[in-house]
Amino acid sequence: MARLNSSSRARFASGAPQRPPTVDRTRPLVPRGLRPRGGSRKSTAASLSAAARPFGSLAGGYGRIAVLLVAGVYFLVPLLASAVFTLDIPGQGLTLSSYTRIFAAPGFTASLLLSLALAAATVALVLLISIPAAVAARLAVPGLRPVLEVVCTLPLVVPPVALTAGLGTVLRWGPEKLSTTPLYQTFVAVQNPDFPFVLVLAYAVMALPFVYRALDAGLRAVDVRTLVEAARDCGASWPRALVSAVLPNLRGALLNASFLTLALVLGEFTVASLLGFQPFAVWIVQASGSDARLSVAVSLLSLLLTWVLLLALTTLGGRRSRSFEGKTSR
Amino acid sequence: MTLLSSRARATAGTAPAAGAGGSPKPGRGRRRSWAWTAAAPLFLVVGLAFGLPALAMADGAFTVGDTYGLGNVTRSVEGAYRTALLGSVELSALTAAAGTLFGLLLAQAVVTSRSRALREAVLTASGVLANFGGVPLAFAFVATLGNAGVLTTRLGLDAHGWSLYGFWGLALTYLYFLVPLMVLTVAPALDGLRVQWREAARDCGASTWQYWRHIGVPVLLPTLLGGFVLLFGSAFAAYATAAAMVGSSVPLVTLQIADALSGNVLVGQENVALALSLDMVVVAALVMAVHLPLQRRSTRWLA
Repeated sequence: MARLNSSSRARFASGAPQRPPTVDRTRPLVPRGLRPRGGSRKSTAASLSAAARPFGSLAGGYGRIAVLLVAGVYFLVPLLASAVFTLDIPGQGLTLSSYTRIFAAPGFTASLLLSLALAAATVALVLLISIPAAVAARLAVPGLRPVLEVVCTLPLVVPPVALTAGLGTVLRWGPEKLSTTPLYQTFVAVQNPDFPFVLVLAYAVMALPFVYRALDAGLRAVDVRTLVEAARDCGASWPRALVSAVLPNLRGALLNASFLTLALVLGEFTVASLLGFQPFAVWIVQASGSDARLSVAVSLLSLLLTWVLLLALTTLGGRRSRSFEGKTSR
Repeated sequence: MTLLSSRARATAGTAPAAGAGGSPKPGRGRRRSWAWTAAAPLFLVVGLAFGLPALAMADGAFTVGDTYGLGNVTRSVEGAYRTALLGSVELSALTAAAGTLFGLLLAQAVVTSRSRALREAVLTASGVLANFGGVPLAFAFVATLGNAGVLTTRLGLDAHGWSLYGFWGLALTYLYFLVPLMVLTVAPALDGLRVQWREAARDCGASTWQYWRHIGVPVLLPTLLGGFVLLFGSAFAAYATAAAMVGSSVPLVTLQIADALSGNVLVGQENVALALSLDMVVVAALVMAVHLPLQRRSTRWLA
């Protein structure tokens, strides 16, 4: 049961044995060679999807095309229009100047580097705290799991603006109440504008619900208990069992969680701008005041970068886990 | 699920690996403390970066002058703040409803399509676009439909009274990340509608309409409602898109909080900002209180 839930890919793989009775019930009496539509198709996927749509759906066909067209227009036009906006400048014709200006723009490099550093630190922190917790919740006690689920859901209840309001209040305690204690230095250090660690903490909390859920889903797909017990029986220590038996099976979930965190941090604006720091997203808004085309160009590039990153991660993770599943399901 | 966990519990109780030959109780106790230790860093970080600010927020929201009181909270639901709260609720409800509808249609179109490539492309794109909120999204729409936007100038939209920097422009922009979010939410549920159910319904003589009326929609309903409140919550909490696009020309609670925090309005408004944040938390908590049970319910049939 748990295996069936794990992912659509797993369902696709394990659904294969259930198929023949389905097909038989749909077209029970016509021999294979005489089937009007399915006969010439050799792809099992095609006959599966034909069986999945037993009702005549001509209207459904047109409806689908209309829906896809509208969605395509709605989602592509802003991207194309942004490209046109940055490339076709009134009075200058087609030019790449919006893009070539980017690297020379003041503050670009510093803010981008800051965002990348924050992202790396956040991914490391959030994985470091959530992997042991998720594995422990999966392996052991009944009590831990519900507590963790509540704790990892709570950040969803507090919107980033509200979290920032609270964080700002806490940060003001430093100068107001703690200026004579050694703790004051900590308050100063976490707000260092070169690397504001307070943002890493805030982002880790904001990413936690998604990361925990991704890890939990990944863990559900593998039999952690058997893996760990097998590793322990072979003499591995707890950390080693975790690193070399459990984590390799979580590659997809880890990539997924890291990507979500990365995307969240690179695009984050609310907390950083309200606390007065200037990572990438805040810089884009400031730059837009003087040069709208530049900021649109940067926005477009950041989306393309995210897209490429995601595609790379899914092909990387997808291929590996597919071959893994192919081996185990047979 | 319950079967699995009770079996897991049974193995945990008798697992020979845990307590080498001893009675099951000490083995379980040892394992329990190990598990809590493993989770301790997570609790520490959440306590520091989330628990402390949450307490500070509650403390500030109920502090009037030097004593505790409800002054800030009552002020936060009056006048301009009330308008902002209602504006946020209205915008979120509208965009969540539209996002649920369009997301469902798009997901259904993709899930029933024969092309695996289309399906993969749309789901991947949804994964990216659901995260494509905030500043870049605002600028993409400004470039498209803003005052000097490509479509605005080419189609002469401003002559028809179009303005991106208002309620409807914001709603149109929010849908850009809400629809993909709904697609991601509802696609697994649509996948989970078993072929056999359709066949059984057809064999019993049900029409397509009857199938959806009595099987499809009831099975999907928890997912749809859960998706709706999820979208509502996302739209309600959104700040960056609105801040980068409309400034504060549309009354929204997030913009009001930011204004009050940065002292744009009056000095000494911080506690009202904290009370407003508390209002937001209450709304978001209601959203989650509806969403989570629905999500659990929707996995019952679609597991």
